[in-house]
Amino acid sequence: MSVRTELPPARYEYGGDEFVFVELDQQMSIEANFKAMMITSALAERELEGIVDICPSNASYLIRVDPDVLSPRDLVAVLQELETGAGEVPDDYVLSTRIVDVPVLFGDPWTHEALMRFRDRHQDPDSTDLEYGARVNGFDSVQAFVDHLSGNPWLVTMLGFVPGLPFCYQLEPRERQVQVPKYVRPRTFTPERAFGIGGAFSVIYPVQGAGGYQLYGISPVPVLDVRQDHPDFAHSIVFPKVGDIWRYRSIDRAEYDETRDRVEKGEYRYRQRDVEFSPAAFLADPQAVNDSLLEVLYR
Amino acid sequence: MTGRIAVGSGGLSTTVQDLGRPGRYSIGMPPSGAMDQYSYRLGNLLVGNDEGAAALEATYIGPTLEFSDDRVVAVTGGDAAVTLNGDPVPTWEALAVSAGDVLAFGMISSGARPYVAVSGGVDVPEYLGSRSTYTLIGLGGLEGRKLADGDELPLGPARGPSTAGARVPDELVPRFGSDIEVRTVVGLCSYRLTETALDSFLSTPWRVTKDADRVGYRLRGGTLDFVEREQPFGAGSDPANVVDLGYPIGSVQVPGGDEPIVLLGDAVTGGGYATVGTVVSVDRDLFGQAKTGDTVRFRPVDVDEALAARAERNQQLQRARAALTREEA
Repeated sequence: MSVRTELPPARYEYGGDEFVFVELDQQMSIEANFKAMMITSALAERELEGIVDICPSNASYLIRVDPDVLSPRDLVAVLQELETGAGEVPDDYVLSTRIVDVPVLFGDPWTHEALMRFRDRHQDPDSTDLEYGARVNGFDSVQAFVDHLSGNPWLVTMLGFVPGLPFCYQLEPRERQVQVPKYVRPRTFTPERAFGIGGAFSVIYPVQGAGGYQLYGISPVPVLDVRQDHPDFAHSIVFPKVGDIWRYRSIDRAEYDETRDRVEKGEYRYRQRDVEFSPAAFLADPQAVNDSLLEVLYR
Repeated sequence: MTGRIAVGSGGLSTTVQDLGRPGRYSIGMPPSGAMDQYSYRLGNLLVGNDEGAAALEATYIGPTLEFSDDRVVAVTGGDAAVTLNGDPVPTWEALAVSAGDVLAFGMISSGARPYVAVSGGVDVPEYLGSRSTYTLIGLGGLEGRKLADGDELPLGPARGPSTAGARVPDELVPRFGSDIEVRTVVGLCSYRLTETALDSFLSTPWRVTKDADRVGYRLRGGTLDFVEREQPFGAGSDPANVVDLGYPIGSVQVPGGDEPIVLLGDAVTGGGYATVGTVVSVDRDLFGQAKTGDTVRFRPVDVDEALAARAERNQQLQRARAALTREEA
C-alpha cells in the first residue's frame, strides 16, 4: 500500500486577461493529475460560452477565455465551485480509457547521434544519456534501466510544448519512480519520434526540433499526423489523449524497420484496448493493477 | 480568372497570417495569427475585406509582389519605404493596383513587421479553420512555410466597391519606438523569484536578443535569483524548473535566471520552466513590432487593468471601423 498524497489548497492565477492558471500542487502525483482531469472534465460539461481552451496538465491546468464573453474573474468563481465539489478523488472514481502499446527502439543510432552532438550541454559529457540515467537512478546496467522504463505502463498526464507531444507519468509508486534532470542547456536538434525523459516525465517528440529531455530511444510510430493519412488519426491530427495509458515496449531493430515499413505504407494500427482505471485500486496495489492492464493489452 | 500575386522576392520571413487558429491549445497547438493584430486588422479594413481575411506578414525586409489583376492593397504595421512600380507610395492608405504592378519594400525604419492586405484576401486553403502559417510544424499558409522567390499566391474575389484612397486617421495610426513598455500581470509561478529578483525583473530595461521570432522573444539585461528550495518531485533539478505545466500566450519564463522569454503567437504551449507573469493580450502587438536591440520594460498591472486595456483597444478598433467601413448606400 503506497502513501496517498495530500493536495494543498489550489492556487488561482490570472495569466493576463485571457488565461487562468490553476496549480493543484507543486509536486507531481497521480492524485494531482486526476484532480486536474476531474475539474477540467466537469468544466467542459458545463459548455460555458466564452471558454476557448481547456488544458489539463500534470499537476495543474490552464484555461483560455474570450474575456469579451466570459470574464476571467467569473471563470475563477466557477472553478472554485468545481474544486469544492470535486473534493479529493473519490474511491469509487473510475476512468474509462484505453491502454496502448507503443514500441520503442532504445539506444537507437539516430538519437545516439543527436545526443553525441550535444555532449557539451549535458550534465555528464562522458556518458550517454542512458548510461547517465541508469547510474543516477541506481540501476546496475543500462539494460536494467530500459527494462524498468519499458515494464509498467505510463499515464498520459498532459499534451503540449508542440502539437501531439504526450507527457507521461509512469504508473509506479513514488519510491519506484525514476527522475532525471533536463539538459543543462537545451539541444537545438532532436529527431522526430525520439523518446526522452525529463524530471519524472517521458515524452515522444512529434517533430524534429529543439528539446531538453534526456534521449533514450525512438518510436517507429507517429504521434502527430498533420495530413491525417494514417487510420488511427482519422478523428484528430494527434494520437495521444490525456488519460490514455501507454506501455512503452522495448523492440529490436528488425521490428523497428518492419514497423516503419508498415507505417509508411499506411498499414500500421496501434494495438489498443479499452480499460477502466481506478486510481484508488492503483494506489492500494499498483503492481496488481499494472499486471491486469498489461494482461488486457496483450490478451 | 482568379487573381494572384507573383512573389518576386519573399523578403526575410514573410508568411500568410489571419486572426489565428484558437481552440486547440490542449493538443499543444498554438493559435498563430498576425503578431500585431491591430495593424493587421486595419489593413483589411482599408481594402474592404472582412477583418479576418488572410494577409501577408513581413519581417524586417518586405517581399516584392506583382499583381495579376485590379486590386486594392494597403501596407500597415512596421514602417518601411514602400514603392509601387518604383514610385514611393504611402502606408496606412488603400492603393489601387492593376495587372503587372509591382509593390516593393525598402528598409524598415520603425517597427519590425509590415502587413500587406489585398482586397479579396490571400486565398490559400484553410487548415483547421484558419489560413495562418505555423512553420514549426509546417501547416497553414502557403505549404506551411515562409514565402520564397517565385511563389504564386491565389487571391479571393474582391467584393464591394473599390476603397482606393481610404486612409487611417492619424490618431489611429500606432507609432513604434525602440523602447516598449508592456503591461504585465505578475503571477503564475512568480513565487519562485526572490523579492529582489521580482523587483529587478520589473525595473530592468531588457534588451531584445536576435533570438526573437513568432514563437517568442528572448531578452537579456540582468540576472534573477530563484528562491532556494528542495525541488518538488517530478520537476527536475534546476531551480528554474517546475513540474511541466501550461504556458499562457504572453507568459514570461526565465530559464537560467538570465534570459526571460516572452511567448507569442506560435508559442510552445507548455513545459517545465517557471513562468513569472503574463503580458496583457493587447500588448502582445508591441512585441510584433519590436526588433533586436530594442528595450522592453514590464509594468505590473492587475487583471482589472488588463481587462480595461482590452476594452480600450476594442473601442479604438470600433473607431477605426467607423472611419474605414463604408456603409452601402
